[in-house]
Amino acid sequence: MFDIERWQEIFDTIRKNKLRTFLTGLSVASGIFILVILLGFGQGMQNGIEREFKQDASTSVWAWPGVTSKEYKGLNPGRRIQFVNENFNKAESLFKDAIEYKSARIFVQGVSANYGKEALIYGIQGVSSDFQFIENTKMVEGRFINYQDEVSTGKVAVIGRKIKKDVFNEVESPIGEFIDISGIPFKIIGVFSEMEDREEERIYIPITTAQRVFNGGNRVNNLSFTLPPVENFDEAVQQAITFKDGLRTYLQQAHTVAPDDNGAMEVWSAMEEAKRYYGLTGNIKIFFWFVGVCTIIAGVVGVSNIMLIVVRERTREIGIRKALGAKPWSIIGMILHESIFVTAISGFSGLIFSMGLLELVGPNVEVDYVVNPSVNFNVALSTVLVLILAGTLAGFVPAWRAAKVQVIESLRDE
Amino acid sequence: MIEIKDLHKSYKMGSNSLHVLKGINFKVEDGELVAIMGSSGSGKSTLLNILGMLDGADSGEYTLDEVPIKNLSETKAAQYRNKFLGFVFQSFNLINYKSALENVALPLYYQKVPRKERQEKAMQYLDKVGLKPWAHHLPSELSGGQKQRVAIARAMAAEPKVLLADEPTGALDSKTSYEVMDLIQQINDEGNTILVVTHEEDIAHMCKRIVHLKDGVIVEDKKIEQVRAGQYV
Repeated sequence: MFDIERWQEIFDTIRKNKLRTFLTGLSVASGIFILVILLGFGQGMQNGIEREFKQDASTSVWAWPGVTSKEYKGLNPGRRIQFVNENFNKAESLFKDAIEYKSARIFVQGVSANYGKEALIYGIQGVSSDFQFIENTKMVEGRFINYQDEVSTGKVAVIGRKIKKDVFNEVESPIGEFIDISGIPFKIIGVFSEMEDREEERIYIPITTAQRVFNGGNRVNNLSFTLPPVENFDEAVQQAITFKDGLRTYLQQAHTVAPDDNGAMEVWSAMEEAKRYYGLTGNIKIFFWFVGVCTIIAGVVGVSNIMLIVVRERTREIGIRKALGAKPWSIIGMILHESIFVTAISGFSGLIFSMGLLELVGPNVEVDYVVNPSVNFNVALSTVLVLILAGTLAGFVPAWRAAKVQVIESLRDE
Repeated sequence: MIEIKDLHKSYKMGSNSLHVLKGINFKVEDGELVAIMGSSGSGKSTLLNILGMLDGADSGEYTLDEVPIKNLSETKAAQYRNKFLGFVFQSFNLINYKSALENVALPLYYQKVPRKERQEKAMQYLDKVGLKPWAHHLPSELSGGQKQRVAIARAMAAEPKVLLADEPTGALDSKTSYEVMDLIQQINDEGNTILVVTHEEDIAHMCKRIVHLKDGVIVEDKKIEQVRAGQYV
């Protein structure tokens, strides 16, 4: 390995066969490059999905009713289920120990809202004070609805940042301004921000007010809860599933819905969903690894192919060398030495180039579901080493054949 | 220098066996210049391959400089080739991406001579064949005669005991052929043992002895009056 003469011989050969060396190197370097970029994006997707799930409280559980599709206890399918306050209160008392925050929600419909002469075409939702924590809503100005507002059916409203931008651009702050909902003035007490613009196009009012003022009666559109945080992810998922199943069973019994009629009673838990996404990213990572490994194998096969061609092309030269007294192992050594050297240099340059690209571009990537693609250096390094090892093995067969070249045959005139 | 006793060699061609050498007995003294003649298929190339340790004999004895050559491993054969023999081929067989100097230095590389010494020695031999100014040219930039002279310099650089030339003038015109033969005669004059395989009468007569091969046996072995190639150059 440290035979200086051999090195000089190798460098001579490489220098005088630039194209051949370049093509061999390119296939190896691009293999490594593709693998590292793929692994980087696998990591990027995981980062992205993790961030996506920070939007809502990660332990939130939501329930909303639908239409029955199955006959049950003498009731016809096609019944529309409607939640009422009682469902919310009962659920709260049933699962008191498991719940951290809770809120019922009602969508106020068929009302018009105005600010001065301007019509506000935004969704109006009645919620409780806890809803801020369930949605992970950030207050940028003023405050959210509080318990006092609920008890006193206060005529107060909290608006999204986008509404402020669109409608209240002429006043310094919308706080203290009044909007008109169905002829009733509501005082703006706060502005909130969300990660997505769509969720900032909402006006929140206290649920009690929504029910009393807008003929809501005791109706509720959906229920939302958060569970107390748990250190362990798997435990958190388990807790979410237990709660979800309990809640569903209660709601199904309360509304006489068949236990297997899923469309009539939807319960969704962010935790469980997160687990599915984590599972998905795991699968995507496995897939990327698979593609990457295939790329590497293709690279190794490429190297081995090129070595075969090289040996063929050099048959005559090898014959001459043998006639001049080259020993079989010196021929094998020469071919292998060259192949290892080329594989190593191009493998590392592919590695450095792709890592550099990820380092440079990675932090700036801000697409949905892909954030800061990066790769573990040790993983990348060991793939290069594996490639070199595989390249050596791949080069050995051609080298062995080269050493077995028959001098007479190889020097015969074509 | 070379001693061969009852040498047999046959090749398997499918189910048939082709008996190429049928008992060759032959002795070459130090400093001889021997031409091996014969039509194609007479077995002269096979004999040269066996002499060159590129192929093994089926039976018989082969002694080179009092070393019996028998059942050699590839590594040992390579060692002996490097130490004892220099080859000159019809098609020159220079390595096309190496300069004339590097080609001449190659056998010395396999003798593990240090690079600097190698270069000096190679240059010395190139000078001897009159190609010092072409030392850094690639084979493709040389004429046929020049290529063969580089090949001869390469064969001599290893300072072998015997120089084996397989149709050294086969690819050259007659003028160039005589130049090459002149060079070979000069090398022989210095006391080197040389075997030349040829089918050209005039080339054979520039040697000191002609061995005629026909159908795998020696039919004629005579000493001759050497024709000096120098007079034609």
